[in-house]
Amino acid sequence: MIKNLFAGLLPAVFAALILISGCSGSAKDQSAITVWHWMVDRHEVFVELAKQYYEETGILVDFQLFAPSDIYSQKITAAAQARILPDIFGVLDVRSIFAKFIKNGFILNLNDSFNENNEEWKKSFFEKALAVNVFEESNHYGVEPGIYAVPLDVTTEMMVYNKAVLQDLGVQAPPATFEEFLTLAEKIRAEGITPLVSGWSELWLIDCFASNYAFNIMGQDKVMATFRGEVPYTDPDWIKLFGIFQLLAQKNIIDQGIVTKSNKFAEQDFALGRAAFAFNGSWGVNVYHDMNPNITYGVMPPPAISKEYPFLVWGGAGSSFVINRGTPNKDKAIAFLKWLTQKEQQQFLAEKTKNLPANRYALADLPSELYEFSKGMENSTHPTIWPAEEDLLVKEKFTKGLQSIIIGEKEPEEVAREVQEIKERQMQRAKNRR
Amino acid sequence: MVNKYILLRNLKSTGIHAFLLLVAATCLFPLFWMFRSSLMTQDTVFTDQSLIPSTLHLNNYLKAWTEGQFGMYLFNSIIYTIIVVGGIVLIASWAAYAFSRLRFPGRRFFYVLFIMAMMIPLPGSFVPLTVLMTKIGFINAPYPVVRQLGYILCMINVGLSLSIVLLKTFFDQMPPDFEDAARIDGCNKMGIWRHVALPLAKPAIAVVIIFNALNVWNEYILAMLLLNDIPGKHTIMPLQRGVMVFANAHNVEYPLLMAGLTIAAVPIIIIYLFFQKYISRDWRQGPLKDNLLLEE
Amino acid sequence: MHQENNKAGYNFLPSKDILTSFSFILPALIIFAVFYIYPFFETFNLAMRDWDGISFERPFIGFLNFKDLIHDKIWWQSVWHAFYITLFALTFQNALAFCLALACDREIRAKNFYRLVFFIPPVLSEVVVGFVWKWILEGGAQNGQYFGLLNHWLASIGLNSLVTDWLSNPKTALTVIAVVHSWKGFGWGFVMFLAGLQVIDHELYEAARVDGADAWKTFWNVTVPMMLPVILVVLILTILGSMQAFVLVLSMTRGGPGFHTEVPVTRILWSMVTTQQYGYACALGVTFGLILIALSAALKKIEKRMTRI
Repeated sequence: MIKNLFAGLLPAVFAALILISGCSGSAKDQSAITVWHWMVDRHEVFVELAKQYYEETGILVDFQLFAPSDIYSQKITAAAQARILPDIFGVLDVRSIFAKFIKNGFILNLNDSFNENNEEWKKSFFEKALAVNVFEESNHYGVEPGIYAVPLDVTTEMMVYNKAVLQDLGVQAPPATFEEFLTLAEKIRAEGITPLVSGWSELWLIDCFASNYAFNIMGQDKVMATFRGEVPYTDPDWIKLFGIFQLLAQKNIIDQGIVTKSNKFAEQDFALGRAAFAFNGSWGVNVYHDMNPNITYGVMPPPAISKEYPFLVWGGAGSSFVINRGTPNKDKAIAFLKWLTQKEQQQFLAEKTKNLPANRYALADLPSELYEFSKGMENSTHPTIWPAEEDLLVKEKFTKGLQSIIIGEKEPEEVAREVQEIKERQMQRAKNRR
Repeated sequence: MVNKYILLRNLKSTGIHAFLLLVAATCLFPLFWMFRSSLMTQDTVFTDQSLIPSTLHLNNYLKAWTEGQFGMYLFNSIIYTIIVVGGIVLIASWAAYAFSRLRFPGRRFFYVLFIMAMMIPLPGSFVPLTVLMTKIGFINAPYPVVRQLGYILCMINVGLSLSIVLLKTFFDQMPPDFEDAARIDGCNKMGIWRHVALPLAKPAIAVVIIFNALNVWNEYILAMLLLNDIPGKHTIMPLQRGVMVFANAHNVEYPLLMAGLTIAAVPIIIIYLFFQKYISRDWRQGPLKDNLLLEE
Repeated sequence: MHQENNKAGYNFLPSKDILTSFSFILPALIIFAVFYIYPFFETFNLAMRDWDGISFERPFIGFLNFKDLIHDKIWWQSVWHAFYITLFALTFQNALAFCLALACDREIRAKNFYRLVFFIPPVLSEVVVGFVWKWILEGGAQNGQYFGLLNHWLASIGLNSLVTDWLSNPKTALTVIAVVHSWKGFGWGFVMFLAGLQVIDHELYEAARVDGADAWKTFWNVTVPMMLPVILVVLILTILGSMQAFVLVLSMTRGGPGFHTEVPVTRILWSMVTTQQYGYACALGVTFGLILIALSAALKKIEKRMTRI
């Protein structure tokens, strides 16, 4: 038996060795376009659209899905180093990483394609959907100006409230100010229901909530000044921001468990009526509907704490595709992405996945809640359009510090000091590097 | 036999059974929960608190099978598991036998090398590994079989060190009499490995098989990293990809996920059931001696 | 066939003999050389560079990354967490596995049932394990009714003072992870111990009985020495599995609350993905590998001392 196995294995190894020596270059099927993505929930629809495209044009488009997104990011990074990126892919990390991909020549500048025929393609998108993929003249990343990615859909991060719970308490309209929210939340807690839930084990979500209030308390300019190192985190305004989280925890408005909750579990809590408010993205509409079709809820921006500066929520492109600069299939890839973002295809995508489309003409028959989410776009901002970006290590310390405040382990001042320490170290480093 | 464990007998077998049953209950609970959830619908899975759901939705399995394209994935996973585990058993038992029984220069050095290899955490080498696999030509090879081979070799490598250590420990215990007898009977080294060492190490090999089969079966990180489908050809992804798709959707369809997980768990439980009996077979009596006599 | 073997066996030159011996480890060595040596040196090379994982420029910075990690409190905290989980697994997990194996080694009813059931946790995917335990450990409540099974049970037997949010309480989070990890892993120890117990020669027990040894003495003088090699293998498996455990952490807490459940592998992952310090991540990986090598060398020493007795 063993001998047989052995006899089978050896030729296989030899065959492999021969093939290895024979084909070290990439031998891609030139007639097909390969797309790598991480969007598990949209994969089916992509495949369906690809089939349609094949019928119309005879060009094969192969969507390849890699999940979970942590691993997808790794794959893209590794593939870039090995020079084996596919024709079309997505970069789902922060803007500085996106910029690095561009600067090192992995991503094609689509400026000309967007602008040809009197900016026809460009004009078909919501301005804010496209904005996240635009690098302006003399941007601080040092990227050649241009449009580098094609947005597929739009998301906003807002607050949702369970209408039934509020009505039981005799409240008709959602709270407009932070004070009103606090009073209402305490009443809700007295009823035995968790007032606010979110998936704050995912650091970007807690960062999003914090940044909303940072803008509201001190305005965008001061936040950016902090990122540039001109204002310390020990500034009273930042302490005030940290204090919000302490207040929410101490008044029992959020459960301690929020800091290890994944957003999926948070969505479940809200859908099942275990929590009255939730902080979530617009994709939640689809999730809530699926988990509990009977739930009635409204959408609102988180209640503002200050009148001095406008309250801006995060909104912009949810996911975008980029084209590999090294691919021989450039023109085909561009043509496909143009087709994919046309009105009909965008409508199809929006209907099937209940995401807000990026194409402004494709606002199809959307659920009313999703429409409410889309209104958030009017007062929205997004880290990708800010003139400065915080160092990633500082951000980690910042968000983890917020978790520490919530579990009552640290005081706001303490966290502020710690974050500022890292900030100064990182700034010193950046200086040394130059 | 009678007084094998007076210590434990004093505790009375009822006490032992109560203890065993308690632990067994904690082990069975997740399996039961998984199976139960796989028979419900998306909205009852959160709300229905009863232990056994009122209506059983068996078609979740059909749906998971077709929607998750489980057929092809299952086939791939079975292939990967068989080849990887077979390769590991063969290569590791050779090496372990040599490390344990043969004399050659550098023996200790190479053994220490293998032990050290176990210690390096995998994530640190994602980028170098991908670059390496590309340079060798596995990742973008024009034939699916070659791409699969790259993944298989990589997985063999992952399981190799630990298997060598496991097997060597068992070979070290092997009584030398059998070997001497075989040598006098005219077996060469390969013959001794084949007719003496391997049959003797059956329990250890069973452990190696189960351990590595589990590893390959549940692996998805390297598969995601190193495997790319070729457009227009059938998929080369393993079963865990199908499971990951259910688990990572924005709105997880729990019943389908659980059905998929149940499907994914069944083959590995069968593998365990099949090989675990070798772990316990008392090799001092029975087949070994007959085997030796027959072969001579 | 055997004739030939005979001839060959006697006529081999010593160097040829060594060659045949060497050919046994050759396949393993080739695979090892291809898949370990390049990545290992590349990882070490990257550990000396200030690299973000993407850029072409990878400035050489010597041992600066290593100097940084010496002062990285969170890194050492995560190493300690891994030790904590490992110590927990070494003691509780293996003690449980050993007791269960002893219990099952006797002629008891439903032996095969237990042998199957105890192996279920290792078989189940981390996804299921994470879900189920999160459900059990959840801290939320509505109208005084706890959602989490554990809190529910505690409350129903009147131990309300113990009710907590198990995964978000910094005092309990790491221990809970260690418990779940041990629960998932004890089946391995059980299978291995059982295999070891079953190959012990019964005559040895007989002999001990004739010598008048009681159960306790028999256990220490016969069972334990005979089991020593198996015990050592299980210890190595436990240490390796526990020190490098991370999927469970990802699915249960993602390292939170704060940094209270971070383990070395999650730190390496975050350094690569979220904070884009690829060179630093490689330095962490190399350091961690060295720690593990030192650990197993120490284990080897202990093994030698034990087998000498």
